[in-house]
Amino acid sequence: MSGAAAREVERDPGLQPERTRLAWRRTTLSSTVVTVLAGKAALAGGGSVAAGVAGAVCCACWVGILAVAHRRIRALAGGGVPDALVPPYAAAAVVCLVVTVVSGAVLVLLG
Amino acid sequence: MIDFVRNVRLWFAPSAVREEGQTPDYRFSLANERTFLAWLRTALALVGGGFAVDQFLPDLRWGWRVGLALALLAAGVLCALRAVNHWIRCELAMRRGEDLPVSRFPALLGLVVAVVAVVMVVVVLVGWEE
Repeated sequence: MSGAAAREVERDPGLQPERTRLAWRRTTLSSTVVTVLAGKAALAGGGSVAAGVAGAVCCACWVGILAVAHRRIRALAGGGVPDALVPPYAAAAVVCLVVTVVSGAVLVLLG
Repeated sequence: MIDFVRNVRLWFAPSAVREEGQTPDYRFSLANERTFLAWLRTALALVGGGFAVDQFLPDLRWGWRVGLALALLAAGVLCALRAVNHWIRCELAMRRGEDLPVSRFPALLGLVVAVVAVVMVVVVLVGWEE
């Protein structure tokens, strides 16, 4: 069997790594929308220090989710059999979301 | 609830999960990961909805606006925490060759979203403005 044919066989016909990679991409897009809305709330907060800090925390969490997604997307795009998602990555993404919500609650109460 | 606390330990321990049972077909793990991400996006949508209520219904009375926004934000947090917890439980079940865990969370979330939607419609139509 030639090398090219061997790679064809290795490739999952269900495109599972690609679908998972795109699912991460969709998740980063969703978190971008949430961050834009949080930024609007922070700017509407009237320029108070607390609103600014809360907005900055939301942006930092967005960067955190992007970083997790970027590393996972790179692992999935590497070809071959990808490693399974490890719990700290999943937990990091969720922690970023929870911190966003906490600072978002501060923004809502300030507004 | 006790299971939840026990699983929190696993969230931050990458090797602890691998010690259980046998590694399943990687495609099952990827499908589980996509389900986790779908729930995470659901949580993000709830959080975004909370921000939207706060920002785009400025004429609503303060109590209603903040109450609805905080309720949606809290629902988002619950959904996200449950997403990672359920992902770990499914991963462990697959490694041990057990049945996947069942959950009443989807039905509960559906009911909560329906109630919030009805409340929003009533509030906007009746117009409890200040």
